[in-house]
Amino acid sequence: MNLDLALEMVSATDAGMVRSHNEDSVAFDASMGLAVLADGMGGYNAGEVASGMATAVIVAEMRNALARNPHAAAAQTLLREQIVKANTSIYQASHSQPQYSGMGTTLVAALFHDNKVTVAHIGDSRMYRMRGQNFGQVTKDHSLLQEQIDSGLITPEQARVSANKNLVTRALGIDPEVEPEIHDYDTQSGDLYLLCSDGLCDMVSDEDIGMALQTLAANLKLCADQLVQMANDNGGRDNVSVMLVKIRRDYAAPRGFLAKFFNWLK
Amino acid sequence: MAKLILSLDGLVLKEYELTKERTTIGRKPHNDVQIDNLAVSGEHAVIVTILNDSFLEDLGSTNGTLVNGQPVKKHFLQNNDVVELGKYKLKYLSEQGGQAKMDFEKTMVLRPGAAQAAAPATPRSFADTAINQTPAALHGGEPPAPRPAAPAQRIGMLQILTGGNAGKELELTKPLTTMGKPGVQVAVITRRPQGYFITHVEGAQFPILNGKTLDAQAHALNDHDIVELAGVKMEFFFKA
Repeated sequence: MNLDLALEMVSATDAGMVRSHNEDSVAFDASMGLAVLADGMGGYNAGEVASGMATAVIVAEMRNALARNPHAAAAQTLLREQIVKANTSIYQASHSQPQYSGMGTTLVAALFHDNKVTVAHIGDSRMYRMRGQNFGQVTKDHSLLQEQIDSGLITPEQARVSANKNLVTRALGIDPEVEPEIHDYDTQSGDLYLLCSDGLCDMVSDEDIGMALQTLAANLKLCADQLVQMANDNGGRDNVSVMLVKIRRDYAAPRGFLAKFFNWLK
Repeated sequence: MAKLILSLDGLVLKEYELTKERTTIGRKPHNDVQIDNLAVSGEHAVIVTILNDSFLEDLGSTNGTLVNGQPVKKHFLQNNDVVELGKYKLKYLSEQGGQAKMDFEKTMVLRPGAAQAAAPATPRSFADTAINQTPAALHGGEPPAPRPAAPAQRIGMLQILTGGNAGKELELTKPLTTMGKPGVQVAVITRRPQGYFITHVEGAQFPILNGKTLDAQAHALNDHDIVELAGVKMEFFFKA
């Protein structure tokens, strides 16, 4: 099913004010309802290679999988399979080419289907959702800081000044196996989803991010650029990437005998 | 490496480096920081250090533990915190070596199990082996520098000149202020360190600035600029 009309997707990415190159990668395909964002790490350009491989492999493999059998597996399985493929590609590249040794990437990927979104993430790239007046974080980071918050060692306020911001506990491509965290959520018409790298949420408060989404929801491209600009205005110490997905209308999968029949005809 | 400086009445007695995962403080001799004074409990407090962060915990001492004058049970230590046990003071200093801050801020993977390692043990971060990055970047890096303080900025104001709300004034204190009618014509004024900017958000009509129709780009606002939006004229000016 083509979701072009139901979903509006835009992205923006920038190296920031301090870094010389951009190790973030973003890719999306509105017709498949797929959005992928990755924040790479590794020496020289290896971080870019890892994040670039992650987004490219997941989008391309998902396209193949959907082309082979558009009504195949459940979304979670489908997404997990493509992430595992990306993991294997990055892991093998990092072990076959010395310049890529040890590269890895964080990941957040969203697959929209049948009035739902399946969200997979690894590391500290995030998804947020704005529904009506409510703005909140959907994913929970795989990071040392999050573990410290969960165990009650520090409060979220203290976390903002912690020195351990940059340590993730899971990443794509550094081990032969990967365990993405995957959840399904119902979507509503009018929802606005934000996928972002830590370059945004480390530099801009959730409150300000929410305000930007709230006030600029009518112009997604401007909203994405505004978020990047806010991160840069606050110092832009890291690469910053954002992707916005607006649900324009329902996109329930066709059901019933007739629908199946027509789908079979296609 | 973070350290503690023990002092009594302003006189420095000793320095301790926080090299262990648990640094114990108390009167009894087995403590890492031994303070032989009856006001200090046998096992008074402990400092747990995880990589660059240290946490102070009072172990149910008789006379309690103060941090910067406040009694605490558990406390996330910040640079220059002063811990008081009786008359003794322990000043906490986190490492302030000006090294490799950029590298330090790079995201790195922490494998499971590494968190349990004491601070000096290098976590098995792949970064250590793979990147031209010193292990010191992990331990010796300074905490993220405070964000550059926003320069004292003049507050912009908007006064409506025509229409039903003529005469009304609006203070532009938020990072973003939208104006106009949703679905018809909306523009946003963004407050940035460089000043104020106006950008078209939605609608077929673009805002008019000093009689000139704007394009989709952001435009800087100057003192006493006239903005026209959805038929309403407004004046932008800086608050005196």
